[in-house]
Amino acid sequence: MSRIIGIDLGTTNSLVAYVDDATRLPRIIPDSEGRGLLPSVVAFAPDGILVGDAARRQLVRRPQSTVYSVKRFMGRDYEDVKDELRYFPFKIQPGEGIVSIDVGGRQVTPPEVSAVVLKALKERAEAFFKEPVEKAVITVPAYFNDSQRQATRDAGRIAGLDVVRIVNEPTAASLAYGLHRLSEGVIAVFDLGGGTFDVSILRVKDGIFEVLATNGNTHLGGDDFDRVIMLWLLEDIQCCHHEEIVRSGLDLARDGEAMQELRLAAEAAKIRLSTEERTQLTIPFAEFTYHREITRADLERLIESLVSKTLPPCRRALADAGLGREQIDQVVLVGGSTRVPLVRRRVEELFGRPPHSHLNPDEVVALGAAVQAQILAGGITDMLLLDVTPLSLGIETLGGIVSVLIPRNTTIPTSAREMFTTSIDGQTVVDMHVLQGERELAKDCRSLARFELRGIDPMPAGLPKIEVTFLIDANGILQVTARELRTAKAASIEVKPSYGLSETDVERMVEESFQYAEADVNARLLIEARNEAETVLTHVRRALTQGGPLVGEAERRAITTAREELERARAGQDRDLIREKTTALNHATEHLAELMMDAALKGALGSRRATEIMESPSSKDQ
Amino acid sequence: MNHFEVFGLERRLGIDAAALQRRFYELSRRYHPDFHASTSPEDQAQALAASARLNAAYRTLRDPIARIDYLVRLEEGRETKEGASEKPKAPPELLEEMFEIQEALAEARAGGLDEDTRRTLTEQRGRLLARHHEEEARLAGPLSAAWDRAAAEARPTVLAECKAALATRAYLRTVIDDLGQALGEGDEIVAHHRH
Repeated sequence: MSRIIGIDLGTTNSLVAYVDDATRLPRIIPDSEGRGLLPSVVAFAPDGILVGDAARRQLVRRPQSTVYSVKRFMGRDYEDVKDELRYFPFKIQPGEGIVSIDVGGRQVTPPEVSAVVLKALKERAEAFFKEPVEKAVITVPAYFNDSQRQATRDAGRIAGLDVVRIVNEPTAASLAYGLHRLSEGVIAVFDLGGGTFDVSILRVKDGIFEVLATNGNTHLGGDDFDRVIMLWLLEDIQCCHHEEIVRSGLDLARDGEAMQELRLAAEAAKIRLSTEERTQLTIPFAEFTYHREITRADLERLIESLVSKTLPPCRRALADAGLGREQIDQVVLVGGSTRVPLVRRRVEELFGRPPHSHLNPDEVVALGAAVQAQILAGGITDMLLLDVTPLSLGIETLGGIVSVLIPRNTTIPTSAREMFTTSIDGQTVVDMHVLQGERELAKDCRSLARFELRGIDPMPAGLPKIEVTFLIDANGILQVTARELRTAKAASIEVKPSYGLSETDVERMVEESFQYAEADVNARLLIEARNEAETVLTHVRRALTQGGPLVGEAERRAITTAREELERARAGQDRDLIREKTTALNHATEHLAELMMDAALKGALGSRRATEIMESPSSKDQ
Repeated sequence: MNHFEVFGLERRLGIDAAALQRRFYELSRRYHPDFHASTSPEDQAQALAASARLNAAYRTLRDPIARIDYLVRLEEGRETKEGASEKPKAPPELLEEMFEIQEALAEARAGGLDEDTRRTLTEQRGRLLARHHEEEARLAGPLSAAWDRAAAEARPTVLAECKAALATRAYLRTVIDDLGQALGEGDEIVAHHRH
């Protein structure tokens, strides 16, 4: 079988990994500059599509057309996400069972955005192996429902990948740990990423990784931590700089750029507070510079209630596994947000033992995906993962009550059969409504699909016996088949997914993805150079307004000349020249920046932006 | 192929959990789609079906109560889908107490609980939980053993006893859940301990 890569498609960052033939160990595939993490950010610039770090640098400059955390919208309907839309600077619109994002006049769906990230990882792998790569295992949160899994698979197809398996993130992580001589026993995997939370309880024995129970929350992660910090900062700024804000008529909450600046500063502060007790935060605005110290205690007060939300799912998973916490042999931490000390403390309290994270929590899921890929390719035969379906599957019955066919935490693949019949003489079509969730009423569960069983021979009411088989495959994705038992005729079923893309949609997007291909390397480098130049130019203009009087006439003239030269270079096509002039302008303003820093109160950092300082993300999904 | 046949077992209720798990792992290695990923589509479809059948069989047989539920259905030639085979039925000796509980529950639903009623209901729920465990222990222990021992002609009698016990258990479960809801407690306490 041909090579299969393992991909962790994360909320904040994504990675690709493979199993090395010589060592039989999984390895992360780096990009040409040696970076493993690819920020899951896609910028739809007028001159091309950017992805990863290049796109991340567009977050503040082009908030409306730079899409991040798109995983939160995968397989979701407008109703599901409308409450949090106001926190995103890009415009999300309702569509046919799926949301779409308006990026500068073009409508893109979440699977298409994810496809750009996947394609970049595919290309990274191809450059690494120097051969085409077509097959992949992609991970999803264990608590993802059918629609979210299908959306992920669609994204893979749009990216030109044959998705041979969708595998759950915490279980993938357990496989990676398994390779590193995980002792046998019962383990709990606590996986808190950028946007999702999962907990899985597994029994590891004789190379079999049997999931006993899983639980989680697909809308809880580091993003939410950032958001509460950001809102707190916003309030603080509005209070501390009330006068300046009123004078300038600034509406921070509606200013996409300012909010992105705040969000990134919040994220950076959170990350620093995982290792430091206190941190300084400086955000320059046009009219003033905001400065503040945040302590770890501040952070913990802000995120306490969010962290507490991870505990009930852990208790439910233990109860579903029929285990007490004393029966858990090991607790493993996965996901960047488990670096937050408060998270670690709560996990330790809950399970009554210190959790461990020997493997890099950012990489372990991708490494596990590579192991699963190698199992599927036939390269590993002594390990087997037996996973479960996270949510109960049922059908709507009379009165809107859900009748459960496959309970949650059933080992997959699994199937259930149900008999249907007609209620009117001569009826040839029977409807059914398939749902996923733990609530009793259909309206409280996730609608997966409405089916029409057609082509039933006209018979008196109640006579036809239609047997419908619901099969959840090893990907956790539902397949439905039906046959009429009296005539042994396979009834033709029409499936109307409640959410998601149709087959035709996916095919069209595959086509389009070629048309709207990512900008080629040269074009991309030029765009990046221009963007960087633009960023520096913006800062210099601002610095001259705020700190101009600090320097002499000659220095001001030198800066202005350097600025004009860069502006001219930026209009051209020569990216080396743009780079050179950018460096020159930076150099020309160093002294000014120093003076401004001295002048700024309480050690403000001057003309550099907080986002720049934390430009390279040092951790995944935190 | 019924669940017992999947594991190559006779229709007996005494099953060694450790041996069953070992066999499940062995058969998983044989059937799981992961080990058939590079075979023909027909072979893959077969592996998928065999794997689904194996998982269903294991899920049912590893749980002593689900196992009896399944056996009752199988013996009576009924549909063998998962779930309780018997309708809930109150045991005669509890009828009076049940009547009181239902009344208190109705009141609670109408107007909330006062402290006294709450205490009484909590106590009653505790007693019913104990009774529920007792019924399960009787099913998994003596009744299962009786079935395995019974000669062909004695089997209908044992089966009838099992059915009565299953109906009682189902009834207790419902009342316990209702009480739990009224008292604002979760149902985690009666969650199956099958591992």
